[in-house]
Amino acid sequence: MSSGMVIRVCMGPAGIAAGGKEVLEAFIRHLSEAGSSAEVKEHCSAHQVGCLGLCALDVLVEVHNNGNKTVYQYVKPEMVGRIVEEHIISGTPVQEWLAESDYDNFYRKQVKIVLSDCGKLDPEDIDAYIAAGGYEPTREVLTTWIPDDVIDEIKASGIRGRGGAGFPTGLKWELGRRSKSTVKYIICNADEGDPGAFMDRAVIEGNPHSVIEGMLIGAFAIGSEKGYVYIRAEYPLAVERLKLAIKQAYDRRFLGANIFNTNFRFDIEIKLGAGAFVCGEETALIASIEGQRGMPRSKPPFPVYKGLWQKPTVINNVETLANIPYIIRKGAGWYASFGTERSKGTKVFALTGKIKNTGLIEVPMGITLREIIYEIGGGIESKKPLKAVQTGGPSGGCIPANMLDLNVDYESLAKIGSIVGSGGMIVLDEDNCMVNMAKYFIQFTQSESCGKCVPCRIGTKRLLEILERITKGEGRDGDIELLEKLSRGIKSGSLCGLGQTAPNPVLSTIKYFREEFEAHIRDKKCPAKACREMLVYSILEDFCKGCGVCLKACPAGAITGEKKKPHKINLDLCVRCGACFDVCKFKSVGRE
Amino acid sequence: MEDIFENIIKKYREREGNIIFLLQETQEAFGYIPREAVDFFSLELNIAESRFYGVATFYSQFRLKPTGKNKIVACCGTACHVRGSEKILNALNRELQLTEDEDTTQDGKFTLEKVACLGTCSFAPVVLINGAVHGKAGTDAIIKEIRQVGKDE
Repeated sequence: MSSGMVIRVCMGPAGIAAGGKEVLEAFIRHLSEAGSSAEVKEHCSAHQVGCLGLCALDVLVEVHNNGNKTVYQYVKPEMVGRIVEEHIISGTPVQEWLAESDYDNFYRKQVKIVLSDCGKLDPEDIDAYIAAGGYEPTREVLTTWIPDDVIDEIKASGIRGRGGAGFPTGLKWELGRRSKSTVKYIICNADEGDPGAFMDRAVIEGNPHSVIEGMLIGAFAIGSEKGYVYIRAEYPLAVERLKLAIKQAYDRRFLGANIFNTNFRFDIEIKLGAGAFVCGEETALIASIEGQRGMPRSKPPFPVYKGLWQKPTVINNVETLANIPYIIRKGAGWYASFGTERSKGTKVFALTGKIKNTGLIEVPMGITLREIIYEIGGGIESKKPLKAVQTGGPSGGCIPANMLDLNVDYESLAKIGSIVGSGGMIVLDEDNCMVNMAKYFIQFTQSESCGKCVPCRIGTKRLLEILERITKGEGRDGDIELLEKLSRGIKSGSLCGLGQTAPNPVLSTIKYFREEFEAHIRDKKCPAKACREMLVYSILEDFCKGCGVCLKACPAGAITGEKKKPHKINLDLCVRCGACFDVCKFKSVGRE
Repeated sequence: MEDIFENIIKKYREREGNIIFLLQETQEAFGYIPREAVDFFSLELNIAESRFYGVATFYSQFRLKPTGKNKIVACCGTACHVRGSEKILNALNRELQLTEDEDTTQDGKFTLEKVACLGTCSFAPVVLINGAVHGKAGTDAIIKEIRQVGKDE
């Protein structure tokens, strides 16, 4: 038993889903059983940490011992007893449960700034954050800087809005500062609505104090006394941890009046979003905080001049704000040393889909997609060829496999018709149909369109109808051109960012996968065999053993046949669910 | 019921104008927005019913009908979609005999909700059954689990 052992149990979104809470409880129980000896209690502590990143291996447990780190993967509560006994007490790690080389490869190319404390600190412990240097940047700024210093520093760092649009944060704050009003607001946009993205959630759950600190420094820069965090109600744990963090910050007088004995006062209130994707748009978000339907209005006037309750309002994304204390702590020059000429710093991505190492990553801007997919991500899980990478969610586009050497930064992605977006990165393999992907995103934007302006409300509906027709095998000549024309109209005619970007997934899939659209329309075939309504199932008599498994699995009663004799599918009854295809062990169900 | 409404209105008076807050409190108390609540608030506060329904139908959080005893949440986020959530959803709809516009079974046993993303993409496709996460969900296993839950009552 050596001194200074720390056990970190991942309790990020995936860690908890995999049973992180039970694992932590098991550690605490086994440790207290093992060490009625004071030695164990004194020298070993187990605590929860935010997302460690490599969610695919959850529950991850790190054991830190005098600078050495040992990592266990797929930990279950019943494994904890042996880890405590053999490793913690006797000092021999349990070899067969250790994380493999994937774990090191996953982190090698990453640069952690905003996530640097996430996965190290107990997010519910303000003392841990303070001990790691937290709230020191705020103290320094409030007691020795003037607001223009902050603005200059943030401008020099080059950081741009991480919510997706990439507007320079320093400039936004400067506009907020110059806006004349006695009352101003700062809002943290935590309405992370992109399906397939959980960066903001992980930041708030993993290090909520960094967000509070970012808001404090921002409020000081623009001259605001009141801030709101607009957060999805669908993220109950993030809400809970943020509430706790705010309360702790009030208790320590980091919030409220006379912060650090200055004249500066700042209050933060949490507003729960009620579930509307469009509320990620600034003016819609403001309407929602005011208690109305979250419908955008035309800009100008921009919120920075007329925002919440008609007062100047600066809205920043979670990740942007959480970067601020680290920029102040280490300097703008240091931050700007990461990234490219025009995209500075790092970006957090949620790497998901058909990739081996799904998880949360932070990489320097300008890294290539190839490095992300094959070095950090460990390649495609199924070993099938990569088909495309989708970035930017419903506002973004698909990047084809032959463009893997593309740099991931605002300019490079915009040039090829996608966007960095808020940070969703979904990897697709050959089994994914690109027409279906386009339909999926249009389905989403169509149902989330607020309905205020015609191009978005009716345009997305028409796009969806055409795409549904194509994926049912009812596509017509001229459909592709119609989709393109309609898309251009929606982009140029819509009121807000939702409509202006909604056609991007359609346009980019047509641009790079036109032949797949053509196969659906002309040949009535889905090359990826993913469009359910276009598939025809049949039993290959030569291979069928008549085992009856498919017969039992068929929910429609469409399969008939005697035992040990080839079965048959009645296509009039078949609902094309694919259950027979999935269960057949002899690969004797064909689909075309 | 009315004294609960009264209480909610009392809290609401402190933040006049915020209909979302009023509706969130109501849903918290009842699990949905009962018609009686809207009637009551409309009369008490002199705000047209249409404004309440306008807000309630705008946000996906609000429900105008009670939920079933058991709640199934199917994630339809992008990561789940590319890993086959559509197939599971179709199977669930078939199993529970739900139509396009119904999310609760006739017998009130199950409510099936679709959500845009649960943020546990590494376990895609994800289904929650009464709050428990079923990750990398296979259609068969989910259907089996649901039949079990239905039997256990």
